Amino acid sequence: MSHAIAIHSLQKRYGSVHALRGVDLVIDEGEFFALLGPNGAGKSTLINILAGLTKADSGSASIMGHNVVTDYRRARRALGVVPQELVFDPFFTVREVLRMQAGYFGLGRANEPWLEELLHELMLTDKADSNMRSLSGGMKRRVLVAQALVHKPPVLVLDEPTAGVDVALRQSLWHFVKRLHKEGHTIVLTTHYLEEAETLCQRIGILNHGQLIALDQTSALMQGHLGDQRRARLTVDNVPPRWPDAFAPSVVSHNGRELVVQLSADAGLIEVLTQLRDMGVNVAEVETTTADLEDIFVELIASQGK
Amino acid sequence: MNLIGLKTLLAKEVLRFMKVYLQTLVAPVVTSFLFLIIFSHVFGERMSVYDGVSYTAFLIPGLIMMSMIQNAFANSSSSLIQSKVTGNLIFVLVTPLSNLEIFLAFVAASAIRGILVGAVVYAVALAFLPVAPDHPFYVIVMSVLSCAMLGALGLIAGMWAEKFDQMAGFTNFIIVPLSFLSGVFYSVHSLPDFWKAASHANPFFYMVDGFRYGFYGVSDVSPWLSIVVTLVSLALVSAWTLYLLRRGYKLRD
Ligand SMILES: Nc1ncnc2c1ncn2[C@@H]1O[C@H](COP(=O)(O)OP(=O)(O)O)[C@@H](O)[C@H]1O
Ligand SMILES: [Mg+2]
Repeated sequence: MSHAIAIHSLQKRYGSVHALRGVDLVIDEGEFFALLGPNGAGKSTLINILAGLTKADSGSASIMGHNVVTDYRRARRALGVVPQELVFDPFFTVREVLRMQAGYFGLGRANEPWLEELLHELMLTDKADSNMRSLSGGMKRRVLVAQALVHKPPVLVLDEPTAGVDVALRQSLWHFVKRLHKEGHTIVLTTHYLEEAETLCQRIGILNHGQLIALDQTSALMQGHLGDQRRARLTVDNVPPRWPDAFAPSVVSHNGRELVVQLSADAGLIEVLTQLRDMGVNVAEVETTTADLEDIFVELIASQGK
Repeated sequence: MNLIGLKTLLAKEVLRFMKVYLQTLVAPVVTSFLFLIIFSHVFGERMSVYDGVSYTAFLIPGLIMMSMIQNAFANSSSSLIQSKVTGNLIFVLVTPLSNLEIFLAFVAASAIRGILVGAVVYAVALAFLPVAPDHPFYVIVMSVLSCAMLGALGLIAGMWAEKFDQMAGFTNFIIVPLSFLSGVFYSVHSLPDFWKAASHANPFFYMVDGFRYGFYGVSDVSPWLSIVVTLVSLALVSAWTLYLLRRGYKLRD
């Protein structure tokens, strides 16, 4: 399988800010990839280098095998970017904007049906002849998505596309992006809504302070940390005078009737309950909490900060 | 060469100024018209700079060239600074358009705006005084070269400026004074030596003087010198612009 995006030892400084400190990342064709990270982690910088909006200090990047600097024409033809900022050209209408964008890519009249389809799919047909200025924020965001797709790029990168977007629009946007993915597009997104990454993406990379601190299948990332994160919160009627040595390490906290126990691969809920019964502990209620991406995220970043 | 891309960017740049024609075409013509009324009223036929050329006749080509200079510059510079400040320049920067294509599109659009303004100023001036160029071909070449040079200079200013007031500073402290002091309203010939020498260091002087030669066949310096200076300044400014574009100066850093 060929690489949709290949990034090698990418470094970028803005004055004293080390925005990217040697990032290596390969994203395969057809992947749905999430790039997560707190504000200022370097996500947009990475995307801007791919799009040719910023130059890396060192390292290299390519889109569909085309180097973004030395073979920028082909690289940019293969890439669509939805920028983070809600930028627009106040001089033109939606349709004019799309025609011009397609034109810059060397596409003329023959591409018109695709533009109309984009307008339709992104529910912009009614607004096609309205000036960009008159559009709501959500509509402007959809125009940005359409602009990124005028040249049918195999790779689509969305930089926080749902920041400040209402729920209905978010749903329809994801519906549309999922369809593009099914049709074979490689999708990369950055988002602050972790549940989006968790439900949509097959693989996740976490960027912090310009470094990739985690990179794995979404499920593996979840599982790898599930052992640490999965806990049982029990309501108990009684406890033994002291915990047996084998059990003591699992006890996270014990407060009145509330007992929190760490679960692990060897000692799952069933095992813990059995052990407690053997100790003569009467369990009234059981509740398990599982780690979500948010926990993993916070934990990874905290551990890196140490 | 991405020809469709180049044509699209050119068309966009032309549409942009056409959509605000009051500001970009009508206003500069009104300004020139006012200069023409006032100065020709004050000096009118009483004064002549060259034998057989009345002051009003002397003034007209200078005013045309000055409005071309100012508007060609204003077009690329204001377009670029606006796109930079509003952020929509990225729509151009993420495309396969090369630096040369971007350069050509912006410069051509600026030249079109400059020449359009110049043509309308000329049409209005004809109501005052029916002047026709003696050397129309020379006039056309001089217009194109001058407007292209100012379009390229506008790109440099647009790249350099980060805010609108920096752009206004460039216009008000460099372009406007140099265009006023280029012999539009007087013959540099009549100036004291120091100011004469200073004027000869101003590339706009050659544009105005050469342009006037195209109308009446008389000028302060040789028309060939004017065209060579204009051509060389166009080449230098273009090379500098392309160098900055290639470096991504304040556009792709
Ligand atoms: N044009 C710029 N000039 C100076 N610093 C910048 C610029 N762009 C980004 N930075 C800095 O680089 C770091 C990474 O920013 P960015 O890539 O936007 O992060 P993210 O998208 O993950 O929030 C931040 O510290 C930011 O302030
Ligand atoms: Mg960002």
